[in-house]
Amino acid sequence: MSDDIRALTAQLAADPASLVFLPLGEALRRRGQLDSAQKVALQGLGRYPHLPDAHDLFARILTDRADFERAFDEWDMALRLDPQHAGAHKGLGFLFFKAGRAAEALQHLEAALSEASDDASLRHAAARVRAALADAGQVVAVPAPTPAQAAIPATPITEDDAAARAAIFAGLEGAENGLLLVDTQGLRLGGGLRAPDGVDVADVVAAHLAGVSREAARSAKLLGLGQWEIVVLESPGGNAALLPASSEALLLVVRDTSVPTGRLQVAAERAARAARAWMETLT
Amino acid sequence: MSASPFEAALELVTHVPGVRGAMLVSAADGVVVAEALMDEMKGSAVAALAASLASRLRRAVEGAGRGAPRFMHLTASGGTLLAAPHGEDLLLVAVAERTVNAGLARIEMLRALEILG
Repeated sequence: MSDDIRALTAQLAADPASLVFLPLGEALRRRGQLDSAQKVALQGLGRYPHLPDAHDLFARILTDRADFERAFDEWDMALRLDPQHAGAHKGLGFLFFKAGRAAEALQHLEAALSEASDDASLRHAAARVRAALADAGQVVAVPAPTPAQAAIPATPITEDDAAARAAIFAGLEGAENGLLLVDTQGLRLGGGLRAPDGVDVADVVAAHLAGVSREAARSAKLLGLGQWEIVVLESPGGNAALLPASSEALLLVVRDTSVPTGRLQVAAERAARAARAWMETLT
Repeated sequence: MSASPFEAALELVTHVPGVRGAMLVSAADGVVVAEALMDEMKGSAVAALAASLASRLRRAVEGAGRGAPRFMHLTASGGTLLAAPHGEDLLLVAVAERTVNAGLARIEMLRALEILG
């Protein structure tokens, strides 16, 4: 253990409520001790859920772990808490550039530069992105990026796939339209979902649900509400229930507005049992 | 002196037994607009987290072609988070005990939105 980490660890032990977890987590991250860094960051986040720097630290650790989607969420949260947070803008700039979305990347890097104009690495990164945009002949002015624009997988579905996916919920109402089982990465495991106009929206919604699940878990935990169990939504075009079917899967149940939310929850619990039984056959 | 519409709306919600606090939040950035919370609750954290969750839920439900949610109810092992948008800009949020009468809380939140106009 280096002297700086030893000293910071001692400071944190002496005063667990101090903000020294920030430099300690960063020092551990820079040394590649990602497990320790993450533990420190999460403990700090538990104590300071409203501190943008804590979310920024956790996002940098997640980026080092190549968990870019969660890193995106953390930087997104940092910006919600502090829209001018240079570290969060810098991080999102990096993620957008990595995703091949140079225009959005530049917007975030320039926002970061406006707060940290003496950061040479930022200037260099912004120059690189500007050059990439110029090479591509793209116009720099773009609308503000939103988390909704995060990559959404587009997997072609064959008829055999569709039948297999519906079979998970065989015998239940909505087996092919209205029950959707999704993994933690936002990929569809089973079931199906169509918009009222008949368009297959299962994969698009599945991609969104991974972020929703993490946000629900994080909100419940940081607000001291414990583990989340179910989210029920009422919308003009239908009611929905979302619940964890297991630690690795999420279930969405959608019904029209004539189905009361109480009945919706009963249907959700029944479908969750079917999903769990199906998942047990896989192990 | 009469209460402001914000105060009156929040009071309706916080009078429901089991509700620990209520607040109005800017939907776009999760900033607190008005709050009536128990002392130990951190308004800024509740606002940011609720707005972020509501935003993600909205995108998911809109992606399903069902329109923007008008009421959201998260149940967790140790409590409940309720949220209802007021137009595009505001979100009415309540944090409650798990045992709260969610139906009553929902009715009062919808009444509170009517007060806000």
